[in-house]
Parts: sequence; C-alpha cells; structure tokens
Amino acid sequence: MSEHALEVEGLRKSFGAHVAVDDVSFSLPPGGSLSIVGESGSGKTTTARMLVGLERPDAGRIRVGGRDRSDAARGKATRLARAREIQMVFQDPYLSLDPRVTVAACVEEPLRLHFALTTQERRARRDELLARVGLGEREADALPRRLSGGQRQRVAIARALATEPKVLILDEATAALDVSIQAQILDLLAEIRRDTGVGYLFVTHNLALVRHIADDILVLYQGRVVESGPTREVLAAPEHPYTRLLLHSVPRPGWDPARIAADRRALAAALGQPPLQHDPATRSVTK
Amino acid sequence: MPRHLLEVENLTVRLAAGKAARPILDGVSLHVAQGETVGLVGESGSGKSVTCRSVLGLFPEGAEADGSLRVDGNDVLTMPSARLRELRRRDVSMIFQDPRASINPIRRIGDYVTEGMRAGGVSRDLALKRAEELLESVGIRDSHAALRRYPHEFSGGMLQRVMIAGALAGEPRLLLADEPTTALDVTTQAEVISILTGLRTERAMAMLFVTHDLELAAAICDRIYVMYAGRIVEVQSAEGLFNRPRHPYTMGLLAATPRLDADRPRGVPGRPVSLADALTGCAFAARCAHARPRCGEQEPVPQVIDDAQVACLRAEELFDE
Repeated sequence: MSEHALEVEGLRKSFGAHVAVDDVSFSLPPGGSLSIVGESGSGKTTTARMLVGLERPDAGRIRVGGRDRSDAARGKATRLARAREIQMVFQDPYLSLDPRVTVAACVEEPLRLHFALTTQERRARRDELLARVGLGEREADALPRRLSGGQRQRVAIARALATEPKVLILDEATAALDVSIQAQILDLLAEIRRDTGVGYLFVTHNLALVRHIADDILVLYQGRVVESGPTREVLAAPEHPYTRLLLHSVPRPGWDPARIAADRRALAAALGQPPLQHDPATRSVTK
Repeated sequence: MPRHLLEVENLTVRLAAGKAARPILDGVSLHVAQGETVGLVGESGSGKSVTCRSVLGLFPEGAEADGSLRVDGNDVLTMPSARLRELRRRDVSMIFQDPRASINPIRRIGDYVTEGMRAGGVSRDLALKRAEELLESVGIRDSHAALRRYPHEFSGGMLQRVMIAGALAGEPRLLLADEPTTALDVTTQAEVISILTGLRTERAMAMLFVTHDLELAAAICDRIYVMYAGRIVEVQSAEGLFNRPRHPYTMGLLAATPRLDADRPRGVPGRPVSLADALTGCAFAARCAHARPRCGEQEPVPQVIDDAQVACLRAEELFDE
C-alpha cells in the first residue's frame, strides 16, 4: 500500500537475550507527524535506527513510500535510494557534525552524492536549504565550532532535507537545546512540514513536547507498543497505566515525585518485570 | 538575623585575559538557609554551573574571583587548601549531570562511595558498611553486591543514585545538584528527585539545585534565582515566579517551555549572549520585546517589588501594564 509514507509491521530486534523491540507496528501518512515516546530502554531509539538502516531487524517489514526495505541493501544504488527517502537528525549537534567541515560543505555533500547537479546548481540549492533553516552566508563559511547549539541543529536539519526525504526522523533533536531555542526550532520544523510535505517521526520522552509537535503518538514500554492513537486523545484520556505514569512524570506545580516512583515500581511489578537495574545490553538501555 | 548556611555576595568571576569579553559571573549574590532548597535557573552560558562549582572553590583555570562566598561563615575564596579539601569532603557535596562522565569507570562502586570517608580516616570495614547503607537508602537493590560492581553494569538512572550515595557519604549540610536529572528520562527523573527530596527532609539538608527546567525547579524549590549572561535577573518564590514573573527574560522562558496544558511554546528571538560578546546595559536588551534605548546603555540594578527582586529598568512600568 503506497498511501503511507512509512509503514512498519511486526518489527523485532534482540541484543543477546534482551528483546529491545518486540512486534512493533505503525504507519505514518505523507506529511504526517508521529511521536514515539517511552523511557530509556523502551526501544524507541532502536526502532529509529532500524528504520534508517543502522540496525538490522530480526523480523518484521519496513516500507517507505510503498517500497520494502526490510532486507539488507544490495549495492550502492539501492543504499543511496534508501538514504534519500529517510533522513535523521540526531540529539547532540556537538557530536553529529564533522568539526573540520564547513557548514556549506556539510550541506553540499548529500547534494553531490544524490543528485547530478552542476557546481552552480548545487551551490544555489545549498543556499536555498540554508536560507530555509534561517542561516546566511556568514554561517555557511563557518566551521561548526563557531556556531551555537541551535545553529548547529539548523545545519543538521538543512543537511537532512537536502535529499528531499519523505520522512525525517528526529531523535530527541531538540533535547540538548535551551528552551528558548527549542521553541524556535519547533516553529521552523512546523513551517518546513507545511511547505514541503515531509513526514516527521519524533523520538522523545518529553510528553509536554509531544503535545505540540505530533498528530499521533505511539507509546513504547519494554520494547512493546502499549498505546497509540491521536496525540490529543491519548493525552486527554490515557488508557494504559504506563501512559498515565509518563504523563504524571512531567514536572509541574503540585508534582509528587514520590508517588510517581511508587507507581513506576507497582507498574513494573504488575507487568511482571522488575525495574531495570543492570544493563542487559551494552547500548540500548543506557542514555 | 540568622546567618545563612551559604552566602554569596557580589561574586564576580573573570576568565584569564583574552578568553572572554565579559565576566562569566557578574556580581552574583544569593543565599541558601539551612534546610532550604534553592533553584538556580538559566540557559547555557548563564553562569549557573559556574556559580554552583564556585561554592566548592572550583574555578576555571586562570580565572579571577572577586566578592565573597561563605559557607557557614567561612570564606571559601580565601580558604587554605587543606581546609578546602575538608569542606568538599564533609560540609558541601556536589552531584553532576552525567554520572558516567563523573565516576571513574575502572574502579568499583564501593571504592567510589567510600573514597571520601577513607580520606577522612574512616576504617575500610566501617566505610564499606556505611556505603552499603547509603546505597540502600538511594534505592539500589542488593547493595552489598553492588559495592563490587563497576559503573558500566548500571543504567544511567541507577548510576545517578550511586553518585548521590557518594555525595551523602560525608553527611553534607549543603548539597549542590548541577542538572542531576537532565540526562535521565522523565520517569527516572521523578525517582531521582523523590530520593533527593526525601533525603532533604530526613537530613534537614540544604540544596542548591541548578537546572534549565523552570517547571522542575518550581516543583521542588522554595525560592528560585533566574540567571542570564552571568547575572541574576530575578529572585522569587517558585509560586510567585510562575504566577507573576517580573523580568521579561523569565516571561520569555515560561512562554518557551512546552507544557501539557498550555498553548504552543513561543521562542525567545535571538540567541543567548556568548562569552565573546561584551555587555553594555541590560544583557537581555537585544532579545527583549520591551527594550527601550536606555536598556542598552544603563545596567539595571536589582530592585525589590512586592516579594520579588528583579533587575530590569522597566520592571515597575511593565508590571503596571
């Protein structure tokens, strides 16, 4: 079915004996916005990494624009074609940009790789992309260390948009930014979605943020989907106790952390698994 | 007037020549009473972490500090190094944002928690016994076995508890918490905060809580200091800050914070002041919707309005509006 920008069915991934992602299914309409929420170890980042091909799923199907990408890519052409369709913006703009490459060169790289453009066309497209995220000539010539966190994240977004992807995965992409800057980036992302029709997959643990950025929400707990639906409805009337726990965990006046801690233990006991203490896998549960 | 446990007066910290165009702390004054929880809120580069570290006498290399900073009446800035070590071991402890970066990865948890006690002359057996109790009090299961484990065997939230246990070993009267839950997800954050607030009540410990999250600060602090570009711009009770923010920067921060029950967050235009920017007048003037020409010339002096202290030239007019 090609009406979905992204369609995932029965996705599963284990690391040793630990099942990080267990039978996860969801879909994202073109130009839609879906948020995957959950705590560390819930499998949200592992899911995102499988979508872009950084991890191989053990089972399940991933379709982007109707095309299946569950099996490993064979050959450069397939890899490039897949990379064009989904791009990712990572959490830490201080780690995700090459410190020796200027902003201009950073945005030109995917253009060179994916499109047969003349130098002039490429530069024009680069300037257009940078203008799109609110960066000018001065920033284009700069190395990342000259830029603030917010500006760096703008560069990462421009680079991701360069391939004209159908889906942009934002893995805690604003978590490292100051709130006054985070709000600017959220506005920018909303504008881009409206203008280009790109779909967003937000990976986050911040429900207060989800309320403002995502049409739909998918709640993961210990690798499984425990609740999903339109964000507005799920947040107004959460059905699963874990979704309620996540909601209560958002700090606000009158917040009772001791009760949340007790609820979390009770929930873990009720669902038959002790709260995580030691890392069963090397990477997936640590943050 | 009772003496405060922590008293900072007019603290100014300048980096070594040529490293910054403005002081990283510019006339910071604050106090924390015995048993009180005080929040220090601001964005990156506001000087909140520098303020926090300076309480332990930790300054950037080559930096120069003026003003006074007293813990229980003793000036930290002029303290001899032996006394400073004792202060760090016993009176004041600090927990940092990233436990994985702050705990030696090749030493056992037991070594980490007992290090301060051993340096203070406590016997190994007694220190280990005490460490076991401390780990238990922060919710580490099977604390005896945990003493023999290494940091990589713990998740981020559990390792943050280990750091808290280590900080409590000296039975400090003041705990400095520098973004202790920023690296954790929300449910784990709630657990760690509940441990901290529980300990605060049990031990009548004072806490200086540094965070960029106004909502979090409001949920657990008695009073909050808002910092911008190395200066304190507003001081209020947590409740007052939310109901009646007086400084345009505080208003901007509140409007930018995504909330479950509020409108779409609105960003503050521009970017935070960098260390390379020299300041004249109000540091926030360039981003402020209420700024007038004089704001860029004249540095605002903190003034008291009702129960709030605010450093804004237009504070009174703005409030009347």
